[in-house]
Amino acid sequence: MPTNKKKGSQTVVFNKPPGIASWASIVGPKEGKGPWGSYFDWRLNDYLFGEETWEKAESKLLRETIKLAISKGNYQESDMELLIAGDLLNQTIASNFAARELSLPLLGIFGACSTIAEGLIIGSMLIDGDCIQRLVTASSSHHYAAERQFRLPTEQGTQPPPTAQWTATAAGAVVLDGLSAGPKITAVTIGKVVDMGITDAADMGSAMAPAAVDSIKQHLQDMQRPLSYYELVVTGDLGNMGKTIAEKLLSQAGIEPYSNYEDCGVSLFDLEQSGINSGASGCGCSASMLCGPLLKKITDGDIHKLLFVATGALMSPISSWQGESIPGIAHAVAIEY
Amino acid sequence: MNDDELKQVEIADYKNQIEKIKPQPKLLKNCIWAFTIGGFICLLAQIIFNYLLTSGLDKIQAGNAVAVIMIFLGALLTGLGVYDKIVEKAGAGAIVPITGFANAIVASAMEFKREGYVFGVGAKIFSVAGPTLLFGFVFSALIGLIKVFVNA
Amino acid sequence: MISLLTAFLIGGCLCLIGQLVMDKTNSSVSSGHILVGFISGGTILGGAGLYQPLVDWAGEGAAIPLSGFGNALAQGALKGAEKGIIGAFSGGVEATAAGITAAIVFGYVMAVLFNPKG
Repeated sequence: MPTNKKKGSQTVVFNKPPGIASWASIVGPKEGKGPWGSYFDWRLNDYLFGEETWEKAESKLLRETIKLAISKGNYQESDMELLIAGDLLNQTIASNFAARELSLPLLGIFGACSTIAEGLIIGSMLIDGDCIQRLVTASSSHHYAAERQFRLPTEQGTQPPPTAQWTATAAGAVVLDGLSAGPKITAVTIGKVVDMGITDAADMGSAMAPAAVDSIKQHLQDMQRPLSYYELVVTGDLGNMGKTIAEKLLSQAGIEPYSNYEDCGVSLFDLEQSGINSGASGCGCSASMLCGPLLKKITDGDIHKLLFVATGALMSPISSWQGESIPGIAHAVAIEY
Repeated sequence: MNDDELKQVEIADYKNQIEKIKPQPKLLKNCIWAFTIGGFICLLAQIIFNYLLTSGLDKIQAGNAVAVIMIFLGALLTGLGVYDKIVEKAGAGAIVPITGFANAIVASAMEFKREGYVFGVGAKIFSVAGPTLLFGFVFSALIGLIKVFVNA
Repeated sequence: MISLLTAFLIGGCLCLIGQLVMDKTNSSVSSGHILVGFISGGTILGGAGLYQPLVDWAGEGAAIPLSGFGNALAQGALKGAEKGIIGAFSGGVEATAAGITAAIVFGYVMAVLFNPKG
């Protein structure tokens, strides 16, 4: 049976676009001092959030963000039929442990830093397919929990190279409701894994940029739209280096990004002042930027059509040690209001 | 060309493009920092060494004592959360001296405290110290053996 | 006074070499590699008799960088080798026992006393 929702080769257009009913974001101290600090719901004063370990702190960060998103939409926790969540920790423990406290049915997902887009895609499909009416999707990252898992112990001295990115301590949660009048998720493009042979774990922007460009190209081709259809195109966490490359690759593909292209990794921090080299990364980077400044701009009427392209670097510490290159992925979500 | 070769060409081309854009480390600034901080750490060690000599230790004892004191200082500054900030600026200037060795040991040990004192701290304390000591021991044993055979 | 100057200059130069290696290899050489590289290099140069003159001249400037620790291992092994094969094995660790024990004991004590602050 041919589907009536699939368009082109990788894109799905919804018949009954699900609405974003409410959203919330909580960020760490460094992120709170960034240029968008006041757009986030809570700004933490310390990285432990009253917990004993970085991992517990991340789980609490995610849990509180989910609770906040639910209460901001005047819902009860019991109104949520499903939680779709993911993070960077091994076996996505931040999400699993957050769901344990929330007692919501859980679909745990992993798309590295693109996780929030993956959650939005699955959630929208479930709602549009009449499987579920209301659900919450969320994603988080914690700088020090990620450091010790992917790089070095937090107190070990290193000098990050100019292309290095700073894993954001942040979380974002979105409540999707089939009946909501909020911003609609109209179309999604599921990205392919693209690997251009980059092995340098301190240069993830270069590893992910080709995936981001591939998904944007595919989305425009499937939807038969020019990029200028969107007032803003935002990639996840390419950082300065990755954004520069993405712009170059886009123009090589005949797509000029003009001035309506931003990157959450570049925007989250004030790069000059914070001394962070190439920008932010992590699941929480794109999740908190979406659930902070971006959705605010949409509901304020500053932007009506947003293409949100969350990017992820699908590597593990083991694959890095074994010298494997870093595969990138990017999922595109069109949000219109 | 088959698909694999085409992909290889594409990858090589992409890497070339990246190399052109990639920002380079601020070599001069980094080197000045490394030289100054590294030199200063050694200067501090020399001051302690000279003091110990005047207080009656012989050269070997004083050398050992200085190593122990510097290791203690590196370990303490790591515990206080200061040493990683120094390395951020000083780079190799604070990694190469023995204080940097102490930093690597304490940082790995401390990070795994919550995984237990025996197989957390006890095992991870060697995650950087292990390979470092290993290569030191292997080469020193080899050198000793070569010497034995040359003498014989 | 001259000992302070040479310590500063030689210590600084050795760290400068480490920095050049790190920056010129685009960070594919980590701080752990630097430590392993310096101790190995110091041990080999020490075994070849090339490092000890530097220590004699520059004092702590050559002894405090980890290459100096490697040299101490090599000097110990060379001295031990005078007493035969067992000495060749024990000499290196004997000469550096204080430093190694200090590093591990202080490492453990600090880990017990402090928590990572990030």
